[in-house]
Amino acid sequence: MLRNAWLIPLLPAVSFFLIVMFGKRLPRRGSEIGILAIGASFVMSCVAAVQWIDRVEGAEEGGGGPLHALGRAVAAIGEGQGEPAPHAVVEPVTRSVTWWQNGNVEFSAGISIDGLAVMMLVVVTLVSLLVHVFSTSYLHGDRRYTHYFAFLSLFTASMLNLVVAPNTLQLLVGWELVGLCSFVLIGHWWEDKPNSDAAVKAFLTTRTGDVGLVIAIIILFSAAGTFDMQAINLAALDGEVGHGTLLAASVCLLIGIMGKSGQFPLHTWLPDAMAGPTPVSALIHAATMVVAGVYLGARLFPVLFEGFSIERGGVNPMALTGGITVIIGAALAFVQRDIKKVLAYSTISQIGYMVMGLGVGAWTAAVFHLFTHAFFKALLFLGAGSVSHSGSHHSFDMKSGMGGLRRPMPVTFWTFMIGSAALAGLPPLAGFWSKDEILATAGETGYEAFLLVGLIGALMTAAYMTRCVYLTFFGDFRGHGEPHESPLPITVPLVVLGGLAVVAGFVNATLFDIEKFREWVEPTVAFPELDHPQFDAFGALLAVAVAVAGISIAFAYWFQGRSHGLTQRSELARRGYLFLENKYYLDHLYTDLIVGSIKGGVARASYWVNQHAIDGAINGVGRMSARAGRFAYDIVDQGVVDGAINGIAAGTGESGGRLRAIQSGRVQRYALMLFAAVGFLSLALLIFA
Amino acid sequence: MDWFDSWGLTLAVFLPVVGMVALIAIPRAEEQLIKATALLATLLTLAVGVALLFRFDYDATGSLQFEVDKRWIDVIQSRYHMGIDGISLPLLVLSMFITVLCVIYSWDHFPEPHNPKAFLALVLLLEAGMNGTFVAQDLILFFIFFEVVLLPMFFVIGVWGGPNRVYASIKFFLFTLFGSALMLLSFLALYFKLDTFQIDELARLGGEGLVLSTQNLIFAGLFLGFAIKVPMFPFHTWLPDAHTEAPTVGSVLLAAILLKLGTYGFVRIALPALPQAAQSWAPWIGLLAVIGIIYGALCCLAQRDLKRLVAFSSVAHMGFVMLGIATLTDFGINAAVFGMVAHGLITGMLFFLAGSVQERFNTREIDRLGGLLVQAPKLAWTLGFCAMASLGLPGLAGFWGEFPVMLSAYEPGGNLSELTFRIYMVVAAVGTVLAAGYLLWMFQRVAFGAVREEWESSHIHDIHAPEWVAWAPLLALIVFLGVYPNALFRVTDGASVQIADGIARVVGG
Repeated sequence: MLRNAWLIPLLPAVSFFLIVMFGKRLPRRGSEIGILAIGASFVMSCVAAVQWIDRVEGAEEGGGGPLHALGRAVAAIGEGQGEPAPHAVVEPVTRSVTWWQNGNVEFSAGISIDGLAVMMLVVVTLVSLLVHVFSTSYLHGDRRYTHYFAFLSLFTASMLNLVVAPNTLQLLVGWELVGLCSFVLIGHWWEDKPNSDAAVKAFLTTRTGDVGLVIAIIILFSAAGTFDMQAINLAALDGEVGHGTLLAASVCLLIGIMGKSGQFPLHTWLPDAMAGPTPVSALIHAATMVVAGVYLGARLFPVLFEGFSIERGGVNPMALTGGITVIIGAALAFVQRDIKKVLAYSTISQIGYMVMGLGVGAWTAAVFHLFTHAFFKALLFLGAGSVSHSGSHHSFDMKSGMGGLRRPMPVTFWTFMIGSAALAGLPPLAGFWSKDEILATAGETGYEAFLLVGLIGALMTAAYMTRCVYLTFFGDFRGHGEPHESPLPITVPLVVLGGLAVVAGFVNATLFDIEKFREWVEPTVAFPELDHPQFDAFGALLAVAVAVAGISIAFAYWFQGRSHGLTQRSELARRGYLFLENKYYLDHLYTDLIVGSIKGGVARASYWVNQHAIDGAINGVGRMSARAGRFAYDIVDQGVVDGAINGIAAGTGESGGRLRAIQSGRVQRYALMLFAAVGFLSLALLIFA
Repeated sequence: MDWFDSWGLTLAVFLPVVGMVALIAIPRAEEQLIKATALLATLLTLAVGVALLFRFDYDATGSLQFEVDKRWIDVIQSRYHMGIDGISLPLLVLSMFITVLCVIYSWDHFPEPHNPKAFLALVLLLEAGMNGTFVAQDLILFFIFFEVVLLPMFFVIGVWGGPNRVYASIKFFLFTLFGSALMLLSFLALYFKLDTFQIDELARLGGEGLVLSTQNLIFAGLFLGFAIKVPMFPFHTWLPDAHTEAPTVGSVLLAAILLKLGTYGFVRIALPALPQAAQSWAPWIGLLAVIGIIYGALCCLAQRDLKRLVAFSSVAHMGFVMLGIATLTDFGINAAVFGMVAHGLITGMLFFLAGSVQERFNTREIDRLGGLLVQAPKLAWTLGFCAMASLGLPGLAGFWGEFPVMLSAYEPGGNLSELTFRIYMVVAAVGTVLAAGYLLWMFQRVAFGAVREEWESSHIHDIHAPEWVAWAPLLALIVFLGVYPNALFRVTDGASVQIADGIARVVGG
């Protein structure tokens, strides 16, 4: 399966075309093709995962069949076996075909499967499958049901292509195609202008970041002579490439990551993207697409590692970007009324953790957080979808449409609670293990400041999720209609994800000396030596204490209603609230100032120059020549030549009709003049040259 | 098939002329017969193209094939010399292919004042000129075909065009004629100095025996001739007017093929014949190219007219092509040729769509449209698809004309300044964002949203049969070349390498 992993992205791609062509005529309007294709991809991804694990274990212990190895692996998790074996080198499985050639060099496309790719394959196909199932109910009866499923398929295919890509260029194809799909899916209900605005904004913002990615790809190609990512990584680590080049490439990569992964200051599209259907938000704007940036960072980590000198500690642009995003995202989550926007800002903040993790050299922890976050964030989004579907009747406003939903919607409630607790980092849920690892590494690699940032972020996360849970599920129901539990296609995915949000963290539970995730996923080829801190009881306790503190503060504020009316009493609090409510005025800066001036002033000015200055000059020349021509004509020509030419024109211009009357003669006169000028100039040339 | 190897190109050029003569012989009233004859002529020409494709030796794309070289005008040593290499072949076939689609598209809707006979005869003459330009290997022959193109297009715009057609057609004619006059001057200068009109011979000489100042002067003439045709900023102002006023088929042919004559001229004649001058001009060409990219995009943002927007987008796209050529590298030239073909397919499609929108709504004003997805979903999605292709989405053809160009600008050839071209690269990359901006806003305003009141009661046809027949091959090619670009790169690569090597041989670096 590893060698045939190209099938995994291909199936959903084929499914896209099938749904577009035949979807509407099928009994379930195309959703069955999508589910079938993605289901098959999921199964294949699992097989690939097992085979990869076997390959790793086999390399470390020598021999053994796949099941044998899986058995050992499971046993290893169960027993909490001690010392992980020293890393054996496990090469990725690659295959390629010629894709294009230029300058007598051939470039290939293909697959490169390693632990990171396999992990992503499983996560993407699993979340996508659940989202497909969820959508059959959530979008039941939608105007563009078939169209929706077609683009879900294309999205999945693009993301999977991005994951298996062995080179930067093929990755870019997937990268841009997921952008396209998110454009289409965000704008799914394009009848309303805000939705299509959000779609355009998402595409344009990410494309602004893509300028960085494209330039990074070009710099790296020029430095390493190839698009192949493993070769680029090797070149970066070998010191073949100058530090300045790597730094430039890293900065450009970071800009690309900012755009796609919603990092400050290019994060503003992500909350708007909630205009799309909720399952899309779960799939695209939480679990898979927005982590493409983190995935890219993980793939080309050696470049960033050398470029930003991550080993040195202290502070670097990557860690700083992530750190800022952790805080500003979390802060914005407090002032949202819309449950999906809370989750969107939470996503921004959590991806900030991942980017920060990469920035402080916590590769495994960051990727592990990507892994666990995918489950609980998809769970939370689908939970929000369930609430709006059956509880609040298509409202996402927590203050006016929800409240007290824990009784009528027990499954949704409990799974949402699990997701929130996992997000808040409560042990033993998934988020606890991964977040804690990022913080522990930051503390040990010389990035203490970011440890602090992470802790503050954890406090805020716990608090805003408490607020969100309170507003949605507790208190009195403020909406209208009869809230009830959602049907099975909605609750089953919730339960599956809920289960995963509980157990996923144990794959790398350092407390019990389980580091299977690291063993399986961390590359052993073309990868820098990194520190892997042991479980730090004090740090973990601190983190838990912080989370509990966050919950308690929020509990006191919202559940018990203490210190309400803070914004009325304190000028500072009011200003702060206003600042947050306006999203730091970034949207004003981008939309009104930058985009507005380009679209309005600059574009119009350019066009004015075009019409008046450049074209005016051209027309002026034309008029002048006409005048000069008339002069020459009256004095020199006497109509002999012109008469002859007019005769020819009359002969040829059968269809010239009206045209002839207006201009015959004039064109010829110009031509005559021009050729006279040519003669003159050729004379000049002969003299001067 | 030996006769085909030597006469295939002659067939490719003169079959349309035969078709035109046949059309003239048919009485005007026999419209069906006229259309059928025109279609047959273009299809036969395309068949020649397909035969060329099959018999082309893809292992020797750098050398001239199907060569014919006969005495012609002895007194100036001009010869009837034709031949194609890997760069000419795709452009030649593209020209044949697009013409067929244009004839199919116009089947049921000839613009006013109707008259299919004259219209199709002109289109066939146009095809002869375009095909001839791509196969000519003698400067005089090249010049003649280059000029033959002008006249039919002048009439197509001037007779079948929009309200301002007279102004537009004269502007088009004079502007390009001005350029070609200077170009002819340079051809003559080359002849007087080097004693030959043969393009391959000039490439072999590589400007040998010409001092740099003379080279630069001659290049100036070539530059003006070709740059106006491309058109490059600031010689582009004929383009929006010509496009806006031209009938749909005219716009399509103009965008898809005519603009390529200029860029083709640079690649085929200006660069190989005068490499040193090319090097001294390259930074300026690159500068104008990137100005064109940004400037074209900005003008697009200010447009209210759908067709004019597409026209200005051509200025931006041809900027990418010219930037690739200005790098003087095999990589850049190759990408430029890919960009020419991709632009031909994509922008051709966009003009078809603009024409169909105008036909349905009798307006091209973007602000008056809206909700096209409701009334004609297939048409609207096709528009969206083409917008995505035009903004250079990877996986579709447009990408391969942009990304490798930027890549080549990072490391330009010859002794060109890296810093200068790296700045150009960044500017070009910013241009891709602007491109996304104007295309998405256009699509948003035209396709999304609710149907405007003024169209609510009117019945808007979705894509009908002749449109599908004309468009489906274009759409399929846009996807195919995007997914498997080697289909084209493999053909052009050898020839591009040859040209770049020729330049490098002379200028070093």
